[in-house]
Amino acid sequence: MQPALRVSGLTKSFVVHAHGDLALPVLFDVALAVSPGECLALVGPSGAGKSTLLRALYGNYRADAGSIRVRQDDRWTELVGAEPRTVLDVRHRTMGFVSQFLRAIPRVAAVDLVAEPLLRRGVEAEDARRRAEFLLGMLGIPPRLWALPPATFSGGEQQRVNIARSLIVDYPILLLDEPTASLDVANRDGVVELIRQRRDAGATIVGIFHDPGVRDAVATRVHEVLPPVTSPLASPLASQAGASPCVPKPS
Amino acid sequence: MSGELGSSDGALLSARNVTKRFAGRVACRDVSFDLWPGEVLGIVGESGSGKTTLLNCLAGRITPDAGSVAYATASTGTVDVHRLSEARRRLLARTEWGFVNQDAREGLRMGVSAGANIGERLMAVGARHYGDIRGTAADWLARVEIDGDRLDDRPATFSGGMRQRLQIARNLVSGPRLVFMDEPTGGLDVSVQARILDLLRGLVERLHLSAVLVTHDLGVARLLTHRLMVMQGGAVVEEGLTDQVLDDPQHAYTQMLVASILPV
Amino acid sequence: MPDTSTPDTTIAEGAYNYAYLDEQTKRMIRRAILKAVAVPGYQVPFGGREMPLPYGWGTGGIQVTAAIIGRDDTLKVIDQGADDTTNAVSIRRFFARVAEVATTTCTEDATVIQTRHRVPETPLKEGQILVFQVPIPEPLRMLEPRETETRTLHALSEYGVMQVSLYESIARHGRISKSYNYPVMVNGRYIMSPSPIPKFDNPKLDRSPALQLYGAGREKRIYAVPPHTPVKSLDFDDHPFEVEHWSECCALCGSKESFLDEMIVDDAGKRLFVCSDTDYCEGRR
Repeated sequence: MQPALRVSGLTKSFVVHAHGDLALPVLFDVALAVSPGECLALVGPSGAGKSTLLRALYGNYRADAGSIRVRQDDRWTELVGAEPRTVLDVRHRTMGFVSQFLRAIPRVAAVDLVAEPLLRRGVEAEDARRRAEFLLGMLGIPPRLWALPPATFSGGEQQRVNIARSLIVDYPILLLDEPTASLDVANRDGVVELIRQRRDAGATIVGIFHDPGVRDAVATRVHEVLPPVTSPLASPLASQAGASPCVPKPS
Repeated sequence: MSGELGSSDGALLSARNVTKRFAGRVACRDVSFDLWPGEVLGIVGESGSGKTTLLNCLAGRITPDAGSVAYATASTGTVDVHRLSEARRRLLARTEWGFVNQDAREGLRMGVSAGANIGERLMAVGARHYGDIRGTAADWLARVEIDGDRLDDRPATFSGGMRQRLQIARNLVSGPRLVFMDEPTGGLDVSVQARILDLLRGLVERLHLSAVLVTHDLGVARLLTHRLMVMQGGAVVEEGLTDQVLDDPQHAYTQMLVASILPV
Repeated sequence: MPDTSTPDTTIAEGAYNYAYLDEQTKRMIRRAILKAVAVPGYQVPFGGREMPLPYGWGTGGIQVTAAIIGRDDTLKVIDQGADDTTNAVSIRRFFARVAEVATTTCTEDATVIQTRHRVPETPLKEGQILVFQVPIPEPLRMLEPRETETRTLHALSEYGVMQVSLYESIARHGRISKSYNYPVMVNGRYIMSPSPIPKFDNPKLDRSPALQLYGAGREKRIYAVPPHTPVKSLDFDDHPFEVEHWSECCALCGSKESFLDEMIVDDAGKRLFVCSDTDYCEGRR
């Protein structure tokens, strides 16, 4: 089957201007291709740049060079160097992202937060709400929490709200960054089941799964991400950049 | 017509090399961008970076020294905002555009009721049925979460947050396609801010509004905007998708701005 | 109108130029009047002169009258509808002396009628000129204090704010409470203050066969409504413009159609209604 996501020559480094324009290479010449029905697990040592790669695929991090192409409307859409609206369109229609952390919005109830991507696609409010409640229920969020803003939820609850929000739309491509990181066993199994359903329904999935059990349950292939070869000067900070989404702050 | 104005086909608003000086000092320099329908563009930077000057140039409130601003009108094609007659520009400003000031007192008529404030744009374009105007005003009051029994009260008796919501209603009642916002939550308590941000977010989405939002608050920018332009000393130093600019800032100034946010 | 082909050099009572103002000033005012007639409802600035009476006593109206009056004219002056108030009598005598014109209290006989706060009840006819004394010529002034902005609003026909004030009136009082100086739209273009006449008189301005000239002395503005020009009182579809009605009739002439003044006639508070227009009332008795 033809891939839905093709990456080649992807290179990314962080340049920290506060540290004398220190360049921290993270990704170098990454290539991969993922087809519908596949779930590619990114593996590698901590700090190798798995999370950076995933975020670069989503357009959240800006690639320095290379190509990230996404199959949309029966043609390839290039994301590296694309206009913001092109990336937004791909995110809107084709590519979903589950991060480890929920970005709660003040005053917005969990159920509305989850339903939002459907509403944005023009689904009737009532339908969207029903679907959101169904997913929240499946992920073990008790109904008494549905109407509350998730800012005060526990880490695991927030993460499940996040997963529900990302899975409520049948994105053809899903990027998962540790989707089960802070979940207990029962909830983890629920999420695993949802991911498998999506995969078997033909979604193209790329994910980071820290838990080997989860990885074995969902992944069809693994892709090893290796730390880039770095100068001795940069190496102590390189791992930090790989692990943290933010540029290291001046100490 | 769009070609001769140098705008990009399909863009709602196209700025090209907009430059404005005040007394020899550059307030904004060579700013170019396209705003697409449904897009919310944030302009961020510290005070004095030229954000508000740029916004006023875009909205036709001040004339740039150089450059052009093209706007695709709903029915009469693309126009050069600064070459329009004042009559056309003001008509645009009260029909197809909205402008939300930081200080609601500048955007409201403090001496007349909330209903009259909301109804003004309708009356300005010829609405002459008191009952209908009042009904629409009451509907909008509810949409910005103000009690219906405040319809005949003057904004002078409103809290800061209510005034700001009233200003939003007053602007949106005419169904504008493009809204300019200058620090819409500036100077308000955090809890009041949250309510307005939530309201704006919902309205922008439901009404499929395009907007240009000036703010120094990166949290506001992240919540409301799709795209960011970072300004420093009157020039755009970085632009891109909002989450990309905030999570992977490229320019030294942006990195400094992002690093300066206090974690909660 | 006077014969303007030869400057009138007659000096009334040997001290003043004809009709008090010098010829240059009258010409300047006539130019302003011509412009005002050409652009109905538009306020034309003019170089107003100091007059021998204080602002607020009709300096604007007197300058307009002085610029248009000639020996063949017959002048009537009314103040609140009455020909016999101090102000009306003074102005009539003033022009009788400096312009040597005949004066009258009869509306039908007058060629020029200078008025403060009323339009005569007797319908005006072609050839007559009604000169209004105007205290505040700008109808938008109470809503927008900046002159630059009100001028722009007129220039661009941006009249939403005027309608806002009417909306506000209904919101507060349940109806448009403005009872005098009620704003009008002239010829579908300019909003105009009809001067502080009761709104009862507004319909008389509409398509009147007489020429209406408005003079504001303090603010140095002249505006005009040429004969047969549409003058519409602003309103809402569901709150249409209406004039006052009285259940009483005039205690002197029995009129049910004229504008009535209420008078308290004794210490017990006994009230009487009489016509505000004295000439009309006397003519019916």
